[in-house]
Amino acid sequence: MIQQQGNRFFFNVDWITVLIYIALCAIGFTNIYASIYNPDKAVGFDFASSYGKQLIYVITGLILGLSILLFDGRLFNVFAPFIYGITLVLLIIVLFVGRNVGGNQAWIPIGSFRLQPSEFAKFGTALLLARYVSTFNPKFRDVKSIFIAAAIVLAPLLLIMLQPDTGSALVFLAFMFPLYREGLSGYFLLIFLGMIVLFVADFLVPTYILILVLTTIGALFIYANKRKQKLIITTVFVTLIAIGYLFLVKVAYTKVLEPHQRSRIELMLGLKTDNKGAGYNVIQSQIAIGSGQATGRGFLQGTQTKYGYVPEQSTDFIFSTIGEEWGFMGCSVVIGLYIFLLLRLVNLAERQRSTFSRVYGYSVACILFFHVFINIGMTIGIIPVIGIPLPLISYGGSSLWSFTILLFIFLKLDSNRMGFI
Amino acid sequence: MEQLFNRKYIIQGLFIVIALILLAKLFYIQIFSDAAFVAAESNVLKKKFKYPARGAILDRNMKVIVQNEPVYDLMVIPNEVKSFDTLALANALEISFDDVRKSLKKAKAKSNYQSTPFSKQISVQSYARLQEIMYRFPGFSTQDRTIRHYPDSVAGQLFGYVKEVSQADIDKSDGYYRSGDYIGKSGLERSYEEVLRGEKGVVNTVYDARNTPQGSYANGKYDVNAVSGERLISGIDIDVQKLGEELMQNKVGAVVAIEPSTGEIISLVSSPGYDPNILVGKGFGNNYMDFIVGNPYRPSLVRPIQGYYPPGSSFKPIDALIALQEGVIDPNTTFNCPGYYMAGNHKVKCEHVDGNIAMRRGIARSCNTYFCHVFQNLITKNGMKNQRQTYQEWRDKVAKFGFGSKLDIDMPFERKGYFYSADHYDKIYGKRWGYTTVISQAIGQGEITATPLQIANAMAIIANRGYYIKPHLIKGMGDKKLVKKEYVTKNYVDIDPKYFEPVIDGMQEAVNSAWGTATLSRIPDIIMCGKTGTVQNPHGKNHSVFIGFAPRDNPKIAIAVIVENAGYGSTYAAPIASYMVEKYLKRTVTGARANQVEWMKGQNLLPPLIDQNKKLKLTKADSLTIKKADSVKRVKDSLKIKSAVIKQSVSTKPAMNRTVIVGTKPETK
Repeated sequence: MIQQQGNRFFFNVDWITVLIYIALCAIGFTNIYASIYNPDKAVGFDFASSYGKQLIYVITGLILGLSILLFDGRLFNVFAPFIYGITLVLLIIVLFVGRNVGGNQAWIPIGSFRLQPSEFAKFGTALLLARYVSTFNPKFRDVKSIFIAAAIVLAPLLLIMLQPDTGSALVFLAFMFPLYREGLSGYFLLIFLGMIVLFVADFLVPTYILILVLTTIGALFIYANKRKQKLIITTVFVTLIAIGYLFLVKVAYTKVLEPHQRSRIELMLGLKTDNKGAGYNVIQSQIAIGSGQATGRGFLQGTQTKYGYVPEQSTDFIFSTIGEEWGFMGCSVVIGLYIFLLLRLVNLAERQRSTFSRVYGYSVACILFFHVFINIGMTIGIIPVIGIPLPLISYGGSSLWSFTILLFIFLKLDSNRMGFI
Repeated sequence: MEQLFNRKYIIQGLFIVIALILLAKLFYIQIFSDAAFVAAESNVLKKKFKYPARGAILDRNMKVIVQNEPVYDLMVIPNEVKSFDTLALANALEISFDDVRKSLKKAKAKSNYQSTPFSKQISVQSYARLQEIMYRFPGFSTQDRTIRHYPDSVAGQLFGYVKEVSQADIDKSDGYYRSGDYIGKSGLERSYEEVLRGEKGVVNTVYDARNTPQGSYANGKYDVNAVSGERLISGIDIDVQKLGEELMQNKVGAVVAIEPSTGEIISLVSSPGYDPNILVGKGFGNNYMDFIVGNPYRPSLVRPIQGYYPPGSSFKPIDALIALQEGVIDPNTTFNCPGYYMAGNHKVKCEHVDGNIAMRRGIARSCNTYFCHVFQNLITKNGMKNQRQTYQEWRDKVAKFGFGSKLDIDMPFERKGYFYSADHYDKIYGKRWGYTTVISQAIGQGEITATPLQIANAMAIIANRGYYIKPHLIKGMGDKKLVKKEYVTKNYVDIDPKYFEPVIDGMQEAVNSAWGTATLSRIPDIIMCGKTGTVQNPHGKNHSVFIGFAPRDNPKIAIAVIVENAGYGSTYAAPIASYMVEKYLKRTVTGARANQVEWMKGQNLLPPLIDQNKKLKLTKADSLTIKKADSVKRVKDSLKIKSAVIKQSVSTKPAMNRTVIVGTKPETK
């Protein structure tokens, strides 16, 4: 424990994670540059352009991250409710004073800069959830603890839904995984998975066939366990709920979802094709990525990228630039870097002695995972279009900084892992 | 708690599974399938086609008879149009204010982003005016194209016409034609389409998502230059053709002239004809309706290859040749002509009473009786019982002269005529028929019909003393002067050359002796051999026919002339043939005959029209009115229309409106 004082702040920091962070930021900057590159107007470096701004965001982000390392890690535990509170207030404020961008009331303008509270709500929620779990050490066997945890997650989620920014809200479902790690029953994940499967299946297969299949599975299960009366009751119960859910989905689909959301889902499931309207983004994005083939067209050589065929290319669809100019190899490297980062974060979380740090670490990993999976999945058409950024790569200050804060707080906690919080 | 640690693996496993799913999909769209790559190329790449100039056509003296003329289209890209001075544009184009708006609307309806024709074939004056003020009309541009031009304004049916491709053409072409391309629809333009059209060039241009051009693709590596169509050299002598059309004006019929030694067609006249220039460019639609469909004498029928005529007396030399070859007669065999021939109790009339005559005289005098005897000998040579078999053998020998089947001329829609085999008569008469039943074929009448091309070709066979080369219009394609193999192959008719001389003697006498049928058509200094025909026409007046070749030795031209409903062959067909032959051999018609040419041009032999619905007959006087109206119209109109009936005359005769031709729809196929 005896270390040189001058090195105290950066002692024990996991530099590998920092390196991956820098690598992803660099990849982001390069591809944003390529996305808006125009061969006719290539005149030196332009700080007013998106890539110029992104460079500023990256540098300030790195400074922000390093300065977080200067804090005392225990502060995050102490101030968790406070930070959570602030983010909730911001989420409420944004509903009233927010700037409406692209149909979402998601931005608070501060001078020339726009703040997106939903980005910061993620680490606020992560901190409070970690605080709750570490303080009360619930095992989530009782309804009360599940209820409290759910309330912590659902409060910001619902506020974000009101903006309405479904994409950002969905990310909060990532908190299921840290809770699972802390003892929440695996059935919750299975139910969640089952709900998604049934939702998708409900569109692709006639409902009566699904009912038949569900009943058959239930019947077989009962037959296999015919001695266990309790299990039989549960099975009957679950089967009935599942069938009810099928009808609920149909109703919710037409009554609750917005038309554009419905069409995105239908496009993703291949129920309709629309090359000009709502499907344009996804199709052009897939064309761009697919045309990269194995090794890509090369830096600044992507025709789809250069000539603006993919809308939102520097933000949500930045992965199409990577796909086109760097090909399958480039995509593999990026996905590989993310997976390496995620696995490492989980490993780091597991080496914590404090529950707070562990829960927080899992939260960071799972939030990143959701973002990466949803974003890339959307650009290659296996997930409906949900507008959330690709962490550290997509253009945008709020997103980059919030991921920086999220990550570096954990790095700080991790560097303190030997201490007690 | 202790188990909870293991949940780490479940979560990490989930991460890995999801990553693999993403990579699998990426592998599919990036490496496994190239659909995205193709789609990306078609996103940014637009091909602009460069149109080659269509090949020119020359006549046998290397004079250009089909060429190209530049025209200008005003194009517009609607979404690039900014508000402009509509009036200035209307003035420059000499169209009305409203037309400008309408054209723009029409262009918009077609495509907002693509260059679309705004005004096709604007005048040279408009073009010049526009060039100066073009900068004031963003979104507009001029595009030069070429259209066909036929300097001599003759031979409409022969050249055919070029028109924008139809959807059916596009579907058939395996992707060569695209909407807006042009294709030869009939005549030479059609049969040599693939040689004439050349190869389209292509310029690949890169476009951005807003459809703004971003320069050439891969520095033009994949661009292709347009290759002009190949030049065609035809066997046509345009001067003879022109004379032929003038001689045939106000007459219905056909002329085919062939160079016997090569099979090259020197002239192919279909009357009434039309100026091919009327079927070029803007006026196509109206002109087609007015001059082609609207003409009751059906210029759409290409008579030299589609008209069916009984060969008539022109068939007699063939009878003689086969009889000589078969040995049923020799040149000195005589038959007695009392002025008729009795086939059973059916009388075949002869125009004259010659008494005992031999073969040469029989040909020269066109004696029906003589050739009925010849035919009788031919069919009965194996006994009365074997007539059917013998007929069939005779029929096959005659068929070698090209009757009853297509001659494969290099023009579309040739027809083959009728020349029946024994089976046909079996069907009609059972087994009970003999030479008397089909005796009319002896003199080229009855069931046998042939196209003027087949008749002219038969003459070329006699001129060649026993063979022919399939008649064709084009003798050389491109710079290498390629020609199809079938157009250099000799087709023999299996008649010994020695039998030709006596027959040719008879044909020489027909034109050059005091007792011949066409002595008035003798050409000074040239021995033309020929044969007149006065073909009985069940629908009206006899057709006037002449076939011949000249000179007798080493013949240069074989010709067949048919003037419908004109009476004796010696009156019209023979002189017309003689003028054309003289023109061809001497380049001019000499002496007093030059005046005769003018007289002949002035003759109106158009048959009176019959309203097929009302059975109302038009008299000769009516058709004269038609002719007058025609000449008035021609003075007014620089277009030289050979046909008689045009709109004006139609309107002067209330009884003769469009319904006149309902029953005789023109055949375009």
